[in-house]
This record gives sequence, C-alpha cells and structure tokens, in this order.
Amino acid sequence: MLRVNDVAFETTEKRTKRSILHDISFSVRSGELLVITGPNGSGKSTLAKIIAGIEKPTAGKIIFDGQDLSEKDCTERAKSGIAYSFQQPVHFKGLTVADLLNIATGGTKPEPSYYLKKVGLEPEKYLDREVNNSLSGGELKRIEIASVLARKAPLTIFDEPEAGIDLWSFRNLMKVFKSLHSSGDRRAMIIISHQRRIMELADRILILKDGKIQKQGASAMILSEMEDAA
Amino acid sequence: MMDLDKIERDLMRDVSGVTGIPAGAYNFRVNGKSIGRNSSPNIDISPKTDKSGIDIHVQSGTKGEIAHIPVIISASGLKEAVYNDFYIGDNCEVTIIAGCGIYNCGVNDSVHDGIHTFYIGKNSTVYYIEKHCGIGPGAGKILNPTTKLFLGNNSRAELLMEQIKGVDSSNRITEAELDQNAQIVVKEKLFTHGKQHANSAIKVTLLGKNSTADIVSRAVAQDISVQNFSSHIIGTTKCRGHSECDAIIMDQAKVNAEPALEAQNVDAELIHEAAIGKIANEQLLKLMTLGLTRRQAESQIINGFLK
Repeated sequence: MLRVNDVAFETTEKRTKRSILHDISFSVRSGELLVITGPNGSGKSTLAKIIAGIEKPTAGKIIFDGQDLSEKDCTERAKSGIAYSFQQPVHFKGLTVADLLNIATGGTKPEPSYYLKKVGLEPEKYLDREVNNSLSGGELKRIEIASVLARKAPLTIFDEPEAGIDLWSFRNLMKVFKSLHSSGDRRAMIIISHQRRIMELADRILILKDGKIQKQGASAMILSEMEDAA
Repeated sequence: MMDLDKIERDLMRDVSGVTGIPAGAYNFRVNGKSIGRNSSPNIDISPKTDKSGIDIHVQSGTKGEIAHIPVIISASGLKEAVYNDFYIGDNCEVTIIAGCGIYNCGVNDSVHDGIHTFYIGKNSTVYYIEKHCGIGPGAGKILNPTTKLFLGNNSRAELLMEQIKGVDSSNRITEAELDQNAQIVVKEKLFTHGKQHANSAIKVTLLGKNSTADIVSRAVAQDISVQNFSSHIIGTTKCRGHSECDAIIMDQAKVNAEPALEAQNVDAELIHEAAIGKIANEQLLKLMTLGLTRRQAESQIINGFLK
C-alpha cells in the first residue's frame, strides 16, 4: 500500500550541504506493522515526516495506494488515508481536547470519548480541558495518540509513541497497537521506536543508520541478529 | 421585538444575546433614543437630565439579577457620547450586559462613545459583559468605550470585553481603583482585520490592602490592522496584580503591547506576561495532518484562542 522510492533528504547549514537520508526504498503492505529503529540522529523522524508530507524530500517518490503523493501536502495525504502521530505533542491555546478530537473524527462516529477511553483517559475529566501544559506530558501524549486513532486511517505512523509516557500508559499503548494490528480491517502501521517490546509486535523491522537503511527484514530474524550482535 | 428590522435584531442578538423582551431591568438604545426601558423592584434605570445616558441604581442585597443595556446604531453618520452611571449597593451580585452594534451603509462615520462608571458597594460582585461589533459596507464603524470602576471593600468585578468583528476604529479605556480586599478580573478579546485600528489602555490602581487584579488580554490582528495595547497596574500597598497579554499577529498587521507595573510598596506583588507571535507552524501542521487545509487550521486556532 505504501512504497517509498529512492528518497533522499538534504539540509543546508552554513552553506554546507548535509545529507540526512539517502537511497531510502521500502514498502509497507496492508495490515502490516513495520517498526523503524536505529540510533538517534539516524533520520527516523525525518523519514516519518516525509511520508506524512510535513517535510519535502530532496529526491524520491512516495506512492500510496497506487497514487503518487510526492507533490501533495500533508492535508492531502491526511485525506488520502495517512495519519501521523507527533513525537512531541503540540500545545494549543484555547483548543480543547473535544475540539481536537472532533477535528480528527470530522464528525464521524465513534465520538471523541470512545478514543479517549481507548488511551485510558476518562472522557468526563478531559473533553473540556485545553490542550496545553496544564496537562502532563503523558496526558498530552495519550491525547495525541487518541487524535490519530480517530482518523481511522489505512496507514498510521507513530513517531516514538512511548516517549514521555509512564509504564501504565505503555501497557495501555501496547494494547492499542495489538488491537489495531489484529483487527480484521487491514490497517497498516509504521512505528518508530527503540522499544524491544514494540519491535516484538512488528511483522518487519527496518534499521536506519547514518541516513541509510542498514537492514530490513522479518522481525524474528532482525531481533535475533540484534541479539547476536549485542 | 419592538420595531427593529432584521439587521438591528441580529446585531442586538450578537452583542447582548437579547432576542425578545428580557426579564428584569433593561434599556434599549437604538439610533440615539431609548426605545424600551424597564426598572425592576431592585434595579432602577432612569434617564439623565443633564446629558445623554442613564443612571442605574441597584439596591443593596440584590442577588442574581441581570440588567441589559445594549446599544444599536443603524442610522449612518450618527455620532453620540452616552454616559451611564452604575450605583451598586452593598452585598449585591448582579450581571450587566452592555454591548454596541453598528450597522453602517452610508458615507459618514457612525460613532458611539460609551462612558460607563461603576460605584460598587461593599461585598458586592458585578459581572460586566460588553461585546462590540460592526457590519455593513458603509463608512466607519467607530466605538470608543470608557469603563471606570470604583470597587469598595471586599467587592469583586469581572469584566468580559469583546470586540468581535467589523469595528473600524476603537479607543478603549478601562480604569479601576480598588479598596481593601477588592478583586478585579478583566478579560479582553480583540479581533481586528482589514484596515482596522484598535487601542486598549487598562489602568488598575490597587489602593486597598489585599486587593487583587487579574488582567488577561487575547488579541488577533489580521491583514493590515493595527493594535495598541497597554496595561498599567499600580500597587500602593500589600496587594497582588497580574497581567497577561497574548497576541497572534498575521499578514501585515502591527501589534504594540506596552505592559507597565508600578510598585509603591514593598509588599506589592506585581507580575506581567506578554507575548506576540504568529501562529506556531507546529499547530498548523498538527491540524493539517488531521485533514484541515491551512486556512481551516488557522481559523480553528484563532477561534479557540479567542473562545
């Protein structure tokens, strides 16, 4: 359903070009869970942003459901069925949790409270709260994940969903991923993560290093290779 | 309602929520004349004899009553200065709903200067709500509100002042003096667009021991509009004052914020926070990844900010 073809990304700092990603090609099938992992600074988040349309690659193509989305912005990609969960939840002044989730559902069922329950938050306590730093980092992260679940997208990208949440929420998060993955509606996920337990859920794992794909393959194989290397 | 046309009725609803004859005391001023006035047993409204305006007397002990005093101008070119004085007794809890809407389809500016003065008795709470808006393709819709408050011991005033849309020029002055244990909360919301110009100057003097002031201003300036905001809190004794002004600037607008704190006593605790900035790109991106266009995302963010 998703094909990433020869994607490259360069930045220019002080007139020197720096390559962040190069020769990136891989695909994700319907219903598949792909975990992208690798050291800090390997380009994982940039790659996620390129797929979501937040960053524009220097070269390469993003094909989704047979459609070339390379020139489409993030609004159009969202409408085509790609959802993206921010690593750092965004703060808003004045927008409430209900406002955010209503935008995410676009008025379709289920209601916002359904998604809050999914991430372990009581709707009565949270719907009227503003999405700002009056909420804890963990609460904001769970609301971020609820807003992405509410898209019911065929492909959902999670950028380090475990960052900033406590152990209880982590267990809850694992349940969310498991149920999304095992539901019969063939929804695909890309999860950027360092967590072994999330990698164990994956069908396939892709390792990025220094902006290049170091390895990709079935999760059992990659995990056992990582073990041998450790 | 009375003899208002649809535009006037809509304006009345937008600025005061009034859609029929309200219960309790009211005064409806339309095109320079009172077209309906009612006093209640506890709230007396009578016209001034020396100048344009009304005196509102609220008897001590009045609780839970609302007085509506909206103003509508639909006659192009009308210019007026109106003086309304509020005498609030002791131990009251009342809501005053003011507000002015101007419809102008002519070539001359329409101007309403509303000068409101409050004398608030001991232990009383006053909620004051004032919304301003302008519509119509004609010349200037100009509103210059002045609100002066004198707060007695233990009294509290909460002001919600909104300039919703369509006001070409406004010069707002808000001044308060507080006695012991008195509290004032000012919430201002200001939205300017096109070539509009808006000034707002708030000055609070904390005279009484343990008096407090909390001023929160949120503003959005679009297009080539210009806003000037100033807040000045003076603490003369043991007191607390906080002011926060937060503005979103867009397009080629200009926003000037001048916060000032003046402590005349070592126990005056005064704080100011001010921020002016464009809409954060992250906020736009988040809403765009939820399927909104950039324009839709902007309007959601602004509506939330001014809610």
